[in-house]
This record gives sequence, C-alpha cells and structure tokens, in this order.
Amino acid sequence: MSAPLLAVEALSRAFGALSALHRVSFQVTARERRAIIGPNGAGKTTLFNVITGQLAPSGGRIRLEGAPIEGLSPHAVARRGISRSFQRNNLFPKLAVQENLRLAAAAGAPGTWSLLGRLERQRGPLERAREVAEIVGLAGRLASPAGLLSYGEQRQLEVGVALATGPRLLLLDEPTAGMSPEETQRMTRMLEALPRDVTLLIIEHDMDVVGSLADRVTVLHYGEVLTEGTFAEVKADPRVYEVYLGEA
Amino acid sequence: MPGDLFAQALNGLAYGVLLFLLSVGLTLIFGMLDVVNLAHGSFYMLGAYAGLSLIAGTGNFWLALLVAPLAVGAIGAVIERSCLRPLYRRPPLDQVLLTFGFIYLFEDLVKWIWGGRIRSIPPPDVFSGSVSVLGAIIPSYRLFVIAFGLAMAVLLFFLIERTRLGAIIRAGVFDAEMTGGLGINIHRVFTGVFAFGAALGGLSGVIAGPIQSAYPSMGVTILIPALIVVVVGGLGSLKGSLIGSLLIGQAETFGKAWLPEASMLIIYVLMAAIVLVRPQGLFGRPLK
Amino acid sequence: MTHPRLLASALVVVALALFPLGAGNYPVKLLQEILIWGIFAMSLDLLMGYAGMVSFGHSAFFGIGGYVAALALGRSPGLVSALALPALAAGLAALLIGFFSIRVSGVYFIMLTLAFSQMFHAYTFQVSWLGAEDGLVGIPRPAVPGLDVSTLRGFHAYLLVLLGLLALALARIVRSPFGHVLRGIHENEARMEALGYAVDRYKLLAFVIAGLVAGVAGSLYSQFNGSITPDAFFWKTSGEALLMVIIGGTGTLGGALLGAAAFILLQSLVSTYTERWMLILGATFILFVLFAPGGIVGALRGRLGLRA
Repeated sequence: MSAPLLAVEALSRAFGALSALHRVSFQVTARERRAIIGPNGAGKTTLFNVITGQLAPSGGRIRLEGAPIEGLSPHAVARRGISRSFQRNNLFPKLAVQENLRLAAAAGAPGTWSLLGRLERQRGPLERAREVAEIVGLAGRLASPAGLLSYGEQRQLEVGVALATGPRLLLLDEPTAGMSPEETQRMTRMLEALPRDVTLLIIEHDMDVVGSLADRVTVLHYGEVLTEGTFAEVKADPRVYEVYLGEA
Repeated sequence: MPGDLFAQALNGLAYGVLLFLLSVGLTLIFGMLDVVNLAHGSFYMLGAYAGLSLIAGTGNFWLALLVAPLAVGAIGAVIERSCLRPLYRRPPLDQVLLTFGFIYLFEDLVKWIWGGRIRSIPPPDVFSGSVSVLGAIIPSYRLFVIAFGLAMAVLLFFLIERTRLGAIIRAGVFDAEMTGGLGINIHRVFTGVFAFGAALGGLSGVIAGPIQSAYPSMGVTILIPALIVVVVGGLGSLKGSLIGSLLIGQAETFGKAWLPEASMLIIYVLMAAIVLVRPQGLFGRPLK
Repeated sequence: MTHPRLLASALVVVALALFPLGAGNYPVKLLQEILIWGIFAMSLDLLMGYAGMVSFGHSAFFGIGGYVAALALGRSPGLVSALALPALAAGLAALLIGFFSIRVSGVYFIMLTLAFSQMFHAYTFQVSWLGAEDGLVGIPRPAVPGLDVSTLRGFHAYLLVLLGLLALALARIVRSPFGHVLRGIHENEARMEALGYAVDRYKLLAFVIAGLVAGVAGSLYSQFNGSITPDAFFWKTSGEALLMVIIGGTGTLGGALLGAAAFILLQSLVSTYTERWMLILGATFILFVLFAPGGIVGALRGRLGLRA
C-alpha cells in the first residue's frame, strides 16, 4: 500500500476545558475521496481548521507525504498543496468572479510581486481562472461581483476558489450546504468529474452526496473517530445510526 | 542615594497608578466594543480640567474626585450612544477613526474654555505636605495616589471577577454576540462599559491634576504610554493593565531620571520586545 | 484609462501648470501646499484605500523625509539630497516600523504606528542637534539641472513634475499584479492567507512604498518652507492626512488630491474667521466618518449612478 498523502496522528485540540478534537487519527491516500461525517459539533470544521493551520493543535501530528505540517501558518500549508473551501462563503464580495478565481490561481506565483507590470500579461492565472469558472459552471458570470451572485452560485465559486490554486489535496467543508436538490446534484456531478490527482477530503451532511462521491468515510463524534470504512460499511454500522439519531 | 532611588520608585509607582486607571478603561472598551478608543486620553484631560474647575469653584478636592469622573462618564455615554452606536455595523476601524476626530475636538474645546496655558491644581490640604519614607522625601499626595490606586485596583478586580455585573462584562468581552443572545441588553451594556471606562479615565485625570497640572496636550501625552501599557499587558486583560502600567510607569520614570534624552525610547524598546517575543502581550489572549 | 477621464486629467494638469501665470503669490503658494500634501495623502491612500491598513502614524515618514532633506541639503544641495536620501531614509524607517507593527493583529497596528510617530516627535522635540522645538531652518532649495527652483514658478514646475511622476507610479502600482494582491488582502485577508499568500510580506512592501512616497512629500515640505519642525511628526499631521483621504474618498488616489485641496482650502478659509480651526477639523472628521464614509468621490459616484 502506498504511503498516505495525509496522515493525521492522535490530533487533539482543546479550547480551555472543552476538547473539540481528541486523539483523532486517520490516513488518506493519494487519489482517494474521503468523506468526514458526524453530527453537528463533532469537530469536523475544527479538524479542517487545524489541518490547514488556522488553529494550532493541542497535541498530535499531521503529515503531508510524511512531512510534518502541524503548527504551520495557513499560507505555508496552502503552499504545500492543501487548499480548502469554507462552510460559510468566504469570498471577495466586491471583486469580480474572475478576479476571485485569478487571485487563487496566482497565489504563490512570482508575478504577484510585480509592481509596475500589467495584469493581462500574467496569462497563466487568467487562463486557469477561466478554466475553473467553466468547471464550476460560472463561465457566464465572470464579470459579476461575487457579492451579487445567488447563494448557490456563491457556493460554486467557493469551491472554485479553492480549486483554482491547483491543490494536491482539496478540503471541502460542506460544499452543498444550503443548496437546492438541483444545485446539489450539479455540484456532485462537478466533483465527480474532477481529475483524480486532486485528492478530496469532504465534510458533508448530505448522505446522497457522500454515497456518490466517497471511496471511504470517516465518522467523527464528540471530537473522536467513531469508525471508518466504505460508505456501505458505515451506513450499516448501528453505532453511526445511533449517533445521528440523537441529531434528528 | 538609596533614598533617591526609593523616591524615584515611588514616583514611578504613582505614575503607574495613573496609567493603570487610564488603561483599564482602554482595555475594557476594546475588549467589549472592539474599539481602540483613541480619544481615551481626552477623558483623562477632561477629568483633570473638570477637577480644576470644581476645586477652584468649591475648594473641595474630594467633591471633585467624586463628581468629575461622573461628568466624564456622562460625556462618554453620550458619545457612545450618539456617535459610536450608529457605526456598529461598520468595520471597527470606522469607529476608531471617529474617536481620532474626537481628540481634535476635545483638545480645542478645552483650549477654548480654559485657555491654552498650563494650569496648576492644588492637592487637598491634608496631603499638601511632604513626608519622609525610608530616607526619601516625597510629597504626601503621591503616597495618597499610590494608596488610592491600589485600592481601586482591588475594587476593580472584585467588581469584574466576583460580581454579576462583572460577569456580564467579562462575558461581553469574550463574546458580545452570544451575551446578547442570552437576553441581556447588550447595547446598554456597551454604553455602560464605555461610560465606565471614560469615568475611570476621568478619575485618573482628577488625581493626576495636582501632580501633572492641566494643559491641553496632556491627553495625547498620556495616551501613548497608555497604549504601550495595553500592548505590553495585553488587550482585554485587567491583570495585564496592572502589571503593564506598573512596568511602564517605572520604566518611564527611571528613564527620565537617568537618560533624559532617551527616556521615551526605553518604553518603545519594551514595546518592541514584547511585540517580537509575545505579540499578544503578557496576559492577552493568543492571537491565533 | 477611458477617454473622458484622460481628457479631464489632462485639463487639470494644464490648469495646474498655468496657474502661476495668472494668479498672485499667495494662491500659488496655497496650491503648492496642496500639491505637497496631495502627495502625502496619496501615499496614505495606497495604504488605507488599497491595502486596508489604517496607519495613524504616517507622519513618521513625512517627518523623516523632511529632516533628512534638511540635513542633507545643508551639506549638498542636489537632487540626491532633495529626493533620494529622504526617500531612502523614510523607506528604511517604514521597513523597521512596519516589521513590528504588521506582525501583530490589526488593532495593535493602529496603536504601534501612532506610538512610533510620537516617539519621533518626542525625540526631535528634545534633542538640540535637530533644533529641538524650533527645528531646522535655512533649508536651501536644491539645485535642479535646467530649472531655477528658488523662484516661485521654478518650484511650481518642479513640484508638478514630481507629483505627476509619483501619481503615475502609484496609479501603475495600484493596477499591477501586486496592487491586485493588496486589494484581495483588503477584501478578505484571511482568505488570502488560506490561498497561500504571505500576506504580511505584501503588507510590508505596501507600507514601505507608502513610507517612501510620504518621505518625498516631507522633503518637499522642507524645501517649500525652508524649515522643518517636530510638528511634522506630530499626531495632528497624521490626522490631517487621514482626513484628506477620508474627505476625498479612500481607494481612489485622485480622491486624495481632492481631499488635500478641500482640506487646505477649508483650513485657510476657516482660519481667517476663527481660532477654533482644530475644533472644526475634529467635527468635520467626525461628521465625515458618520455620514460620508465614501468621501467626495464616493458621493460623486453615487450622484452619477456608478457603483462605489
């Protein structure tokens, strides 16, 4: 079995007396599509925040292709090829859709230090932005300010921005949150169509999406890993059912 | 020599107490309202001038000590209610800009009403002499200031840490939105905290009067050390304000005595060191 | 730039250039003051309006430029002393101050920048080698090849050329890839970090550029007045630049020039009628923040139906 792309080892994060994550361990191999599920408050977003460096861990390790990345700043983590989308839209509202995507695509490129150059000369990020706009279905809205998009379109852009950085590992935090069934289907198809060299780690509540996308599922409960397996295995696990019952 | 040293230390302590009362207001206002009240030095100045007039008018220092802070607190409440509250939905920076405008306003207002000359303020008769403490000759008023300040520190700690009102304030400092969600009229608490902070600033000004006299630029002059106290101690922390102001008070006082040309530099070096080594201040909440 | 804008700008430049031919000495001097403060305000707008960094201590660089120019011109009155050295000194100071002020969160930035500028004020106020309270006087005009800058018209041409070059450079920077990064940081700093931008480094460069330009403005101020005092470092100087940017409208560069003009004209007008100019300044500040946060340009854009 190949070395994992991402290895989370006994990761913990406490907020004072509250333990949001407790010795969470799991591994994601390259080209895998992993879903993280669990009731509200299970620590899923906190997990993402710690992996991407927004929060420092209280204990444990995170390894990206073997190299430890815990405690690195968000931009350092992003530079190593991890990108994330947010549960609540975290865009650049006054900037156009194209600029939202271009900024993401240009991150890390040396051209961003150009003081007197022209933007149009930097073709790479511009082209990538248009590419990603196609992928997420926003090609027709390139000139609109992101703040004027509908909620569903903003969600698409949210994923697009994370994708435009060209990551090896893409973390998506509830990409279909608040979407209508049609929008959800569109998003699911779009994610399915992504090239496999982008490894996916998705937090989702919608079990249809999980079923369509996920190779494996990790279940979190009260900050701990409850169980792990294929979607079918997890679905059949009575403990998972119980944990969600308390949620209904 | 040791007498001199001790005298300086006491002076530093007295100054530190003034800084403490001022910076507590600053840190509470920031903790609660997310606003760096740049006009906070103005409250100090207004307190000193209010004290000046009250003492001149009534001859009673103790009356001034009571009334001046209340007056300044009232001014603070009016400002918060009329100018800051409409800006809540805007980025906090707009509110900071607003307070900056008030620095101009108050300084010129004071010049207009009281004139631009420096005005001396007499200490109360009972503390108008000097005493000898461990070989140091020190005005008894300064000892009063130290004692008063430390008593206020104890009172404030008790208020914030042990009373229900204090709990509300602490909760608001931690998370204003949630506290509002608990059914507490958060707007009234904001106004109250701002007024309270202003009153503390005014109190510091009244007490400072007999030591520093009153002059229109005194507000900004003390604002800078107060800001440094807050940076060093940590925004939002009462303990930080106390330790920070005692530290800065001594640093500035000894600096003035030993290296007059570089006296200011010492506190800036302190500030820079903290920023490098522990950006959130000694007792502030970690930045990440 | 679109054609109407280009035409309007050209007209303004021509008007500014021809002004000394028609007007008397006092109005020309007022205009020159506007141009100098306009440069200062533009540098602050780069910081505030584009990078979203509100510095309350921008006067630090203005003052450094002014004092370094005074010292350098006293020894060798050439363009290097007049422009290069002050800019360099201000830029270095910005590097140092920026390094400390940016690494902490936004709120501390406000306090640190204010504190540092006051530190410079306190120092220059106290030390005798810089003239203490009275500052430095007898600052000569620089020797500019081909132009007699000691005359009113010569200095005017010199100023206009510098203003033009700096304005063009700033406009170019703002439209550049770097400028776009700054805008992204202003819009959503956290997301920029999450995307992989080393935000603090970009902010530092913006801070240094702004400091550099402010240094040039300060140096020009020294040359204009023939003297420089610790007031150049005073918080009120920072505040005036802030107000100019706010009046004009943040994030517009041109607005900074407009704001400088509005401010200086207002000040000159009000000061003839009352001593209470500071009071009115403060009130204006407060009123603009409360009711006209977009400044003049924002109001104009609203009037013309354009999005702000």
